[in-house]
Amino acid sequence: MTLVRRALAIARKDLLAEWRDRESFTAMVFFAFLILFLYSFAFGGDQALIRAASSGLLWLALIFTSVLGLARSVQWELENECLDGLLLYPAQREAIYLGKLLGNLAVILLVELVIFPLFAVLYNVDLWSQLPKLLLIALPGTVGLAAVGTLLSSMTAGLRAREAMLPFLLFPLTIPLILAVVRGTEVVLRGEPFDLAVPWLKLMGAFDVVFVTASLLTFEYLVEE
Amino acid sequence: MSERSVERALGLLAAVGLAIGLCAGFLYAPPDAEQGEVQRIMYLHVPLILVSYLAFFVVFVASILYLARRRERHDAIAHSSAEIGVLFTALAIAAGSIWGRPTWGTWWTWDARLTSTAILLLIFVGYLMLRALVDDPSRGATVCAVLGIIGFLDIPIIHMSVVWWRTLHQPASMLRPGPPTVAPQMQVALYANLAAFALLYAYLLLKRVRLEQARWELSRLRMEVAG
Repeated sequence: MTLVRRALAIARKDLLAEWRDRESFTAMVFFAFLILFLYSFAFGGDQALIRAASSGLLWLALIFTSVLGLARSVQWELENECLDGLLLYPAQREAIYLGKLLGNLAVILLVELVIFPLFAVLYNVDLWSQLPKLLLIALPGTVGLAAVGTLLSSMTAGLRAREAMLPFLLFPLTIPLILAVVRGTEVVLRGEPFDLAVPWLKLMGAFDVVFVTASLLTFEYLVEE
Repeated sequence: MSERSVERALGLLAAVGLAIGLCAGFLYAPPDAEQGEVQRIMYLHVPLILVSYLAFFVVFVASILYLARRRERHDAIAHSSAEIGVLFTALAIAAGSIWGRPTWGTWWTWDARLTSTAILLLIFVGYLMLRALVDDPSRGATVCAVLGIIGFLDIPIIHMSVVWWRTLHQPASMLRPGPPTVAPQMQVALYANLAAFALLYAYLLLKRVRLEQARWELSRLRMEVAG
């Protein structure tokens, strides 16, 4: 399984670099917290209204936030011609994509793990009893987000308006994922029977399979020039 | 027959077809039993949306061909088809909105098919923006080919997710199995318009592809002159 080993090596490199400066992680956590904090002003402090909308608010904050990390993960490969170095690395191009995907996935998941408790405190939601189920919903949602995001950020890296372009492309493409993860989280947080979340889990599974496969097939064309 | 004369013939056919379609829609087909005259917007709305789906399918196929063979022509087809698709989708949404106001009582509603069409429009507007932003033409072609492929693959998933989310639209009346529920004159008018818009699409596509090729030719000549 050299492909997996090489992908893991790239992911490890990205996470190590991230660990040394923690630039993306800190910015993402603070940004997500800030958005969650600001929402309460948008709702005029109406607690019932905020609680009803809380799942959607949580995920919109996390999806806005994920753009910060995704944009950076490929952009820094362009500085000092790091991408050319990576391409010399004796591995299939797929390993580079998978490694980048795993690195992005790990960072976004870590941000989520920090944001969930903050969300529970700010919005007065009972999260602890539901945490395993919430993670079960969050994982496929985050995989899909990272998969599309990694592919798109390798498309927009180096462009003039990349900061604007990445969300322009990412948000419409991931709408099915946003719908699914928000509905799933609603089911969990409201204590509805978990069966109601199963179709959404399947939808996210289908999304993940389609987009990881399509990305693996097309990624080499994006980096070969 | 040369490409130019095919193009001219298509243009002529499209013009005649649109004229016939107008007559069929306004004169031949009876007004709707419940909705009255306003239902005639259907003869514009339905062909536009069906042809725009065709246009996005052409983007998908041409994008795959471009990645596989690297011919500029496939990229020109994908780009041109995406532009026409965006135009037709936007017109279809506008026409639907004008139709929705008197029949549903609202310009816009978060109905399933309406929403998924709007998402599709957003994805391909992003496609055109991305293309405008990339300076290197061959890089732009590659990047947009990938986006054209994943954008098209997303359509069924978007559709399913939004249908589960909510639904209000009248079920599709022409493309479903079983006996059609539409009066025969109405069907004739609809198919006439569908054919006319398909011809218009083919004409615009050819014209736009030729324009794109002329642009490359120009930049090649410029390079030569500049040495």
